Amino acid sequence: MSSQKAPSIAVRGVGKSYSGVSVLRDIDLDIAPGEVHGLVGENGAGKSTLLKILGGAIRADAGTLSFDGEQVTVGSPRDSIAHGISLISQEGALVPALSVLDNVFLARWSHRGGLVSARSDRKRLAALLETTGFSVDPDVRVDTLPIGVQQQVEILRSLARGARVIAMDEPTAVLAEHEKDNLLALIRKLAAGGTTIILVSHFLEEVLSVADRITVLRDGALIRTVDASDTSPRELVGHMVGREIDVLYPDPQPVPEGAPVVLSARNLRRGLVNGVDLQVRSGEILGIAGLVGSGRTETLRLLFGADKPVEGVVEVDGAALAAHTPRAAMAAGVAMVPESRKEQGLVMQRSVAENVALSSLSGRRSGPFVKRPAEKTAVGEISKSVDIRAANPEAPIETLSGGNQQKALFAKWLLRKPKVLLIDEPTRGVDVAAKTQIHHLITGLAADGMAVVCVSSEIEELLALSHRVLVLRHGEPVGEFPRGTTPEVVVAAAFGSHEGEPS
Amino acid sequence: MSVDTTPQTAAARTPAAGNMSRLAFRMRDYGIVAALVIIVIALSVSTDTFLTSGNLVNLLDQTAVLGLLATGATICIISGVFDLTASATLALSAIIGVQVGRVTDVYVGFAAAAVAGALLGFVTGTVVVRSGVNSFVGTLATSLVYRGLAVMVTGGAIVYPLTQSAETFGMLTWPSLFGLTSATIMFVVVVAILAVVVSRTTFGRRLYAVGGNAEAARLSGIRVGSIHVTAFMISGVCSALAGLILASRAGSAQSTMATGMELTAIAAAVVGGTSILGGEGAVWRALVGALLLTLIGNGFNLLGWDTIYQQVLQGLLILFAVTMDRWLRKRTR
Ligand SMILES: Nc1ncnc2c1ncn2[C@@H]1O[C@H](COP(=O)(O)OP(=O)(O)OP(=O)(O)O)[C@@H](O)[C@H]1O
Ligand SMILES: [Mg+2]
Repeated sequence: MSSQKAPSIAVRGVGKSYSGVSVLRDIDLDIAPGEVHGLVGENGAGKSTLLKILGGAIRADAGTLSFDGEQVTVGSPRDSIAHGISLISQEGALVPALSVLDNVFLARWSHRGGLVSARSDRKRLAALLETTGFSVDPDVRVDTLPIGVQQQVEILRSLARGARVIAMDEPTAVLAEHEKDNLLALIRKLAAGGTTIILVSHFLEEVLSVADRITVLRDGALIRTVDASDTSPRELVGHMVGREIDVLYPDPQPVPEGAPVVLSARNLRRGLVNGVDLQVRSGEILGIAGLVGSGRTETLRLLFGADKPVEGVVEVDGAALAAHTPRAAMAAGVAMVPESRKEQGLVMQRSVAENVALSSLSGRRSGPFVKRPAEKTAVGEISKSVDIRAANPEAPIETLSGGNQQKALFAKWLLRKPKVLLIDEPTRGVDVAAKTQIHHLITGLAADGMAVVCVSSEIEELLALSHRVLVLRHGEPVGEFPRGTTPEVVVAAAFGSHEGEPS
Repeated sequence: MSVDTTPQTAAARTPAAGNMSRLAFRMRDYGIVAALVIIVIALSVSTDTFLTSGNLVNLLDQTAVLGLLATGATICIISGVFDLTASATLALSAIIGVQVGRVTDVYVGFAAAAVAGALLGFVTGTVVVRSGVNSFVGTLATSLVYRGLAVMVTGGAIVYPLTQSAETFGMLTWPSLFGLTSATIMFVVVVAILAVVVSRTTFGRRLYAVGGNAEAARLSGIRVGSIHVTAFMISGVCSALAGLILASRAGSAQSTMATGMELTAIAAAVVGGTSILGGEGAVWRALVGALLLTLIGNGFNLLGWDTIYQQVLQGLLILFAVTMDRWLRKRTR
């Protein structure tokens, strides 16, 4: 790590608009060296935009940036790296086919006479691993790593570049509970060592626990910067949405007596998943808990036919699926909101409307033609019910903020009015207010008779939503808990009693 | 643009801002058209022959072959594959058309050529989808096979229609509606149909989705393989029709027809503004790209410039057109 001390950052009058719509305006912000600065706000408030401006990924239209009192121009990521600022973006920026080692030192490889010297890179990496306490194999391709580890690789890269300011955009959104704790501990450690951290997150408790000061953005405007020590989640939410709101999770309605089983699976096997049985009744929400790599996502994928089980049966309404393919599952009324919106969910360059309509095209056609007015109405209604905020539904979905993309992904599957809804991480990257809204939506759908299976690495969310929680460990079911079980019990089961609780 | 001082939700932004952004989205789409218009204006003022109906008829007729191929290429590229068999398919189907025409009649021969194009496209698509190899490599190999078959069928010789049907065989060169050639009419009709198919049908939606993100498309219940095969079949038919135009003009077909033209077609598609990354693009862009490339060649003849400079200037004009397109798109970033 660089021994130079982190600069103080002064942002003055920064603004940005996209084709006439202003998404960030007149931002004034001061960040002290070594400070952990939280940045919160609703989906689309402009948090990522502000970070991207600092990181040189985009240019502001107005305003200035200065470091240590000196005004600087950051026109490219190269510039900001030179100033010691490193951005860990919401989407991730690793080169999938390269090794951990190459990614960490990307474009900064040690070289001798033009030849890359892997040996000295290895030494540098070993030193970094020691400071951070991470353990990663330098030679594996990063795309084979779980997402939490990929993020560690990004942090290592920032440090390798001698970053003195690290801006992290929703780093914990993709992490499991104990990984989050590790990351927060690392943030404290880095800050204690003099690195400035800017942290964007929708988990307010987490921001409050680690940040010195917190800035709230709303619709592109800076509402307030407060000391973390004298504010509360409730107050922050109030600033974020501009009014007092209730962020209590709704309780699901009890499953009616004698509700029929809609989805049942027996002895599912493939790879890690080893003999999963489950049954979900109409109106019931089944949560699946487990650690990263316990086979939760894989189980959902097997239910939906995204992967073919080598053994096992999936039945909907008592009839086995015709084939283990998404098409067959969809024909039987099953829908799946996948884990990764970028890789599996959305077609980034297509419009919001096209994406939302994609899985239910045949429902609104006359002959070969898309019924566009009907589509417009349907997409409009569903977008409203999940609160997608897009200036223009014809704009490419990649121009939406992360949380709004997630809502669009959700909307796409709701539009099919499925009997069975499989959801992998229902609220990843979604703001507090929208999250409760999505919870209301899910419990409402269940109350209307939908069978829901939900995976979430946020244990509170899972317990709040589900009637029942199935815990997986190493691909095997290890227990089932009724509503009202404490998080500790579920986590202990996920770890396995003999392995004890997480630190 | 006034700056809002009161925070408000994006959904509730002023209609003016919404309209502005919609307008900007449209503007950025038409940079290449602007480039085309500029070149057309430049040619109209600098020559008195350009804007004559004779030249325009000629120009469209010249565009027909490349335009059809570029349309096929565009549809494949949107869906995320390349079809390097285009010119080989063109030759083989034209030859089949001539040969079938010899034993039946010219019309049946023409129909047979179109069917052959579709079948060859089906084979290409199936090979690419089933083998799972990259379409670039897969279609490169397949195109060698098709060219080879064309040589085998003809024994390397030029094939002609029967003497008594030679005149009918040339029908695509005949003048038709509005004085345009039949080839032009066929080209315009086919491209118009395909433009509607791509922009208005559920198939079109799936085409873009598959090219933009095949995995997301699959998980949305789309049969990715059959979309690709269909794209290749459309490209095959386009190639076959282009082959018929060339054969009808020449009064014959041969195995070396249109060699290398698949690359010009891809170039036209890309010049028109279709992204080679897939998931983006439009049929009208193929048309604009093909027109632009043809126009540049046409302009040279009219201006009577020394052909020594032709290639350099052609290259520069293409660069001008695509840079203008890029620039207009970038400005809204
Ligand atoms: N390239 C773009 N073109 C047009 N609009 C854009 C573009 N990028 C972002 N926006 C808009 O800017 C606004 C702010 O987006 P930003 O990504 O900064 O939000 P955010 O606060 O990070 O939200 P989230 O919590 O959902 O990640 C959004 O309304 C978004 O639609
Ligand atoms: Mg964001």
